[in-house]
Amino acid sequence: MTVSLTELSKAFGEVRAVDGVSFDIADGELFGLLGPNGAGKTTTINMLTGLARPDRGAIVINGIDCTKDAKAAQRLIGVVPDESNLYPELTGMRNLTFCAALYGLRKRERARRARELLDEFGLAEAADRKFATYSKGMKRKLTIAAGIIHRPPILFLDEPTTGIDVASARQIRGLISSLNADGTTILLTTHYIEEAERLCGRIAFIVRGRIVRIDTTASLLQPLHERHVVLIDLSEPGLVEWPLLAETFPAYRFGTPHAGQLRVESSEPLAVGAIVRFLEERELDVLEARRVRPSLEEVFVEVTGIEADVMSGEREKPGRGK
Amino acid sequence: MTRFIAFWNILAKDLRAYYFKPPNISWGLIFPFAWTGMFLIRSGGSLGDVLSLLPGVMAVSILFGTTSMLAVTITFEKKGRSFERLLLAPLPLDLLMIAKTVGAALFGIVNAFVPVLMASFLVDLSGVAWGVLLPTVVLIALSSTFVGLFVAVAVSEVFEAQTFSNFLRFPMIFLCGLFFPIEKLPSVVRPLSYALPLTYGVDALRGAVLGDRILPLAVDLPVLAVFCIGLFALSLRNIRRKWIL
Repeated sequence: MTVSLTELSKAFGEVRAVDGVSFDIADGELFGLLGPNGAGKTTTINMLTGLARPDRGAIVINGIDCTKDAKAAQRLIGVVPDESNLYPELTGMRNLTFCAALYGLRKRERARRARELLDEFGLAEAADRKFATYSKGMKRKLTIAAGIIHRPPILFLDEPTTGIDVASARQIRGLISSLNADGTTILLTTHYIEEAERLCGRIAFIVRGRIVRIDTTASLLQPLHERHVVLIDLSEPGLVEWPLLAETFPAYRFGTPHAGQLRVESSEPLAVGAIVRFLEERELDVLEARRVRPSLEEVFVEVTGIEADVMSGEREKPGRGK
Repeated sequence: MTRFIAFWNILAKDLRAYYFKPPNISWGLIFPFAWTGMFLIRSGGSLGDVLSLLPGVMAVSILFGTTSMLAVTITFEKKGRSFERLLLAPLPLDLLMIAKTVGAALFGIVNAFVPVLMASFLVDLSGVAWGVLLPTVVLIALSSTFVGLFVAVAVSEVFEAQTFSNFLRFPMIFLCGLFFPIEKLPSVVRPLSYALPLTYGVDALRGAVLGDRILPLAVDLPVLAVFCIGLFALSLRNIRRKWIL
C-alpha cells in the first residue's frame, strides 16, 4: 500500500497553502510531515482524503488516481483529523459502531471490533458515556479508534497529540508505534519535533506549503552525532568578552540562544571545565553548565530558519491549518 | 450490501438522534392541532370546515417538519465537523445525501398524517382519494426536504439555517394556496406562486381531499417530481463546490 504525491498544489485565493509538494510513502512506513501551523499539513491531508481538491498535481494511493476518483481510495484509508469529528450526542460505543457501519461492517463484527478497540485504548469503562462528556485525551483516543475501526492499511494522522495531556500523548504515541509495527502505513503530521523524531522513519519538513527537506530520520540526525554542544547559564551575560573568548577557544563556536545563556558547539569533545574557569576568572557567575544531546530540532532550525520556539509556542494552540 | 449498511445506519442514526425525539414528536402533534384550531376559531366555522382546512394543514405540517429540521441538523453536523466523517466514508455523495435527507422526509410524512388522524375523528374521510394523497404527500415531503438541504448548503451557522428556512417558508404559506386560494392573489404575485413547488403539492392534495384542483394531476405530480430532482441536483452541485474545497 503506497502513497504518492506529485507536484501537489492548492491555493485559497492569494494564499498558496500547498505549493508543489511531492513525496512517496512506502508500504509499512511511518512518514512524518513536520512544520509549523499554517505550513500546509492539514491541506495536504485534506487533499489526500478527498476533502479538498488539488489545483494541480497528482495523488496515487495503491495505484488509484485520487485526483480523478477520491472516493475509490477511501476504503483503504483511515483518517484521524486534527480535531475530533465524532458525534457528541452518541456514546463512545455507538460512535465506533456507527463509523464501522459507514465502511459496511456487519452488526456483529461492528460490536466486536468496537469492544476490541475500546479495550485496547483503555476506554471500555467509558463505552456507554456520551462522547461530549469525554476528556480531551479520551476524545482523541476514540477519534483514533474510529479512524482504524475498518482496519485500514493506510492511516493519515493529523496532529494526533495536539492539546492533550502528557500521559495521553504518550499513550497515543505508543498506539501509533504499535499500529505501524502491525503493518499499517502511516502519514503523521505534527509540529512537535521530538514526536516526529521519536516515531517517524522518514520526515519531510514543510514550510509555507513547500517541502524544504526530506530524508530518513537517521540521515537527518547523522551530522549531529559528530557535534558536541554545551549550554552555560550565566547571571550577567552582557559582560562576556566575546573576542577574547573566541581567541582562547578557536575550535569552538559560541552563541547566545537566549538572554543569559551561552551555547558552545564543537565537532570535537568540549573541555567544559576550561570554559567555565575562563568565565569565572573574569568574575562571571556561572549558574549551570550542561552537555546537551543535539536533536532533530537543530536540523529543523538549520534547514527551515524557523526557531524551535516558534514551533513549541504553538503547542497549546489547536491546529488551525486548513 | 456494504453501501446498504452505511445508508441504513446513517438514516437510523438520524431518526434516533434527531427526528423521533420526544420534543419533535410533541411538535408534530401540537403543530397541526394549533393550525387547525386557529383557522376554525378565525372562521367561526363548524366541524365541516375541518375537511377544507386539511390539505393546507397537511402541507404546512410537512413544510415546517422537514425544511428547518434538515437544515439545522446538517448545519449542526457541519459545524461540529461530524459531517466530515460522512464525507470520508466510501459512499457516493448522492447516496450519502439521500441517506441524510430520507429521515427528514419520513418525519414530514408522519407529520402530514397527524392532522389526517385528528380529522378522522371529526369528519368523514371516505371521499379522500388515498391513491393520489399518498404519492402527493411523499413528493411534498421530498421537495420540502430538498429545500432544507438547499438551505443547509447555503448557510454556515445554525441560526442562519433557521432564518433562511423561515425566509423561504413563510411566503409559501401565503403564495402556495395552503389557506388562501391562488386565484384571489393579486395577478402580479400569481406567477411567483407557480414558481414554488408547494403550489403543485397543495393543488394535488386539494384534489385528493376535496376533489377541487386548479391544474390536472398529470401536471401537479410531474412538476413536483421535477422540483425534487432539480433541488437535489442543485444542492449536490453546491456541496461539491462549497464543502469539497
